[in-house]
Amino acid sequence: MAINSIDSSKRTRLVPQNFIDGEHSYTTISEILAGVVLNPKPPTVWFVATGLGFCVLNVMLLAVTYLVLTGTGVWGNNQPTAWAWDIVNFVWWIGIGHAGTLISAILLLMRQSWRNSINRFAEAMTIFAVMCAGLYPLLHTGRPWLDYWLFPYANTLGMWPQTRSPLEWDVFAVSTYFTISLLFWFLGLIPDIATLRDRSQHPLVKGIYGLASMGWIGSAKHWFRYEQAYNILAGISAPLVLSVHTIVSFDFAVGIVPGWHTTIFPPYFVAGAVFAGFAMVLTFGLPLRSVYPQIKDFITEKHLDWMAKILLATGLIVFYGYILEMFYGWYSGNTYELALVYNRLFGPYKWFYYALIFCNGIFPQLCWVPQLRRNVPFLFVLSIIVGIGMWLERFVIIPMSLTRDFLTSSWGYYAPTEWDWALFIGTMGFFVFLLFMFIKVLPIINIFEMRDLLMKNHHQFGHGHDGHENSEEAH
Amino acid sequence: MAHVADESPKLFGIVAEFDDPDVLIEAATKTRVAGYRKFDAYSPMPVHGLAEAMHFEDVRIPWMAFFGGITGCCLGLGFQTWIALIDYPMNVGGKPLFTWPQFIPITFEATVLVTGLTTFVSQFALNGLPKPYNPMFNAKNFDRASQDRFFLCIETRDPKFDEASVTEFLQGLGALDVSEVPA
Repeated sequence: MAINSIDSSKRTRLVPQNFIDGEHSYTTISEILAGVVLNPKPPTVWFVATGLGFCVLNVMLLAVTYLVLTGTGVWGNNQPTAWAWDIVNFVWWIGIGHAGTLISAILLLMRQSWRNSINRFAEAMTIFAVMCAGLYPLLHTGRPWLDYWLFPYANTLGMWPQTRSPLEWDVFAVSTYFTISLLFWFLGLIPDIATLRDRSQHPLVKGIYGLASMGWIGSAKHWFRYEQAYNILAGISAPLVLSVHTIVSFDFAVGIVPGWHTTIFPPYFVAGAVFAGFAMVLTFGLPLRSVYPQIKDFITEKHLDWMAKILLATGLIVFYGYILEMFYGWYSGNTYELALVYNRLFGPYKWFYYALIFCNGIFPQLCWVPQLRRNVPFLFVLSIIVGIGMWLERFVIIPMSLTRDFLTSSWGYYAPTEWDWALFIGTMGFFVFLLFMFIKVLPIINIFEMRDLLMKNHHQFGHGHDGHENSEEAH
Repeated sequence: MAHVADESPKLFGIVAEFDDPDVLIEAATKTRVAGYRKFDAYSPMPVHGLAEAMHFEDVRIPWMAFFGGITGCCLGLGFQTWIALIDYPMNVGGKPLFTWPQFIPITFEATVLVTGLTTFVSQFALNGLPKPYNPMFNAKNFDRASQDRFFLCIETRDPKFDEASVTEFLQGLGALDVSEVPA
């Protein structure tokens, strides 16, 4: 029987979905989303979260100050673990950032309209997470005031950075990533800042938004060039985000330490980054939905469902990576690689490994249940567990390999100090503080893209559901 | 319907206000067909089909991005090659100096960086932004152009511009309101 004679009604068809709940018009979208920013009285939770973030941010400042005044010896790093929490946390944070770029660039290029309501705060997360990430290698140099040495510039020593080293690639990758993410974010914000300018009442507020909007008037000619530029930036961000985490994985894969020297690293790091990033979008997005219930029409249960599906898919890729790591260890027949497999399962950090498998491999499988994918408390717990799991993954890769390498004489044990903890927790405060400041100053949902989505909905489903008068128009 | 907001005789154009993007596209098409050339449409989101209706096309940004990318690529690869071969050659175990595969990551990042910066800057430059003052801000109700209304303005620069006939023409397009825009 020919393939095309299969009953077409049994196939899954891609049905266009309406990603805006409730009845909305261009007016209500502008009112609700700009209202979150311009509301003079933010909800109490906002004050609590910002205040908490600010307090913890000070822990970070304290940790940085003490570190700079004393030296990197305040951390638990020592031979044989010259890299420890600084690189673990660097990779963790930068991975979290990657979901923002994935949502804003890759899903844009794939014409996934459901991204329109989550891309803005995911992009903000990217920028803040990259800031947290960048802090670690900069501080780990030991003399952060000389960090400009990392960049190639004509100096009196007549020396240049070693551009053959993955660590130098990191400098270029992360700084390019930060710059492009910032440009992309700002470009996306301009029409929304213009909306805020036109809606705000206070002359000072109007003036500030007016300056930031660059005089945007929404001309059709401007929009035409704007969309060209926006799509080009999306087009270059997509390979950029893949390159950044690939290069981060090269930091390890280029080394010959057992457990690091594998070709699976780049794809599995990128999948892990998206996995962790989507988890963070949920960790942040779910409370946001309950603090600002008016945005539930825009971040709907369908969005939660789709995000959970992406978590499941990337989680499976990551789990596949863990299985392959074991397989490579066995298949290589190399004593040291085999010893690493043994140490992962039965070594000093075995509980970290088992916790990792549970958090990233087993627990996310619950996402196969459709009801759970729309269950807010479950998704929140899941997102936290995945966040912890991805942190454990980097911990398992780094200290575990370094403390059990080729010579028993160079074996050791790594434990963090209180200053490692202070800096790590402090960066979380920094992140939370910046995110909540962002909520108060700029729209958390891309307003003009929601209008665009509404227009597309009108064309797809008709005008009926928003009481629009011009429903006679031919489309 | 037309109202004069300012006593000065200077006029930027006549603007029509709409509440539906599809009506705006239709209005833009009719304006072009009627022979007007110096006009622009304003909307709170990109309306696909509007630029086509206005016969507006500009391919400079993609080309600038392309040449920006070429420049970044050459700079990245050229700089690393110059360091490795000419300015700071280092003999690493007798391996070749021109280790091009190891130059790829930075070349790629430089390509992306210069492409991105070029695109970003040329978008603003070609759109003439930042522009703190724009006569369109004087238009009636224009604060809604960034929220929920759609505008079409025929400017006095247009060779066919005549206040009375333009006003009449715009009123015939199904506009909610037609008004003058002082310069």
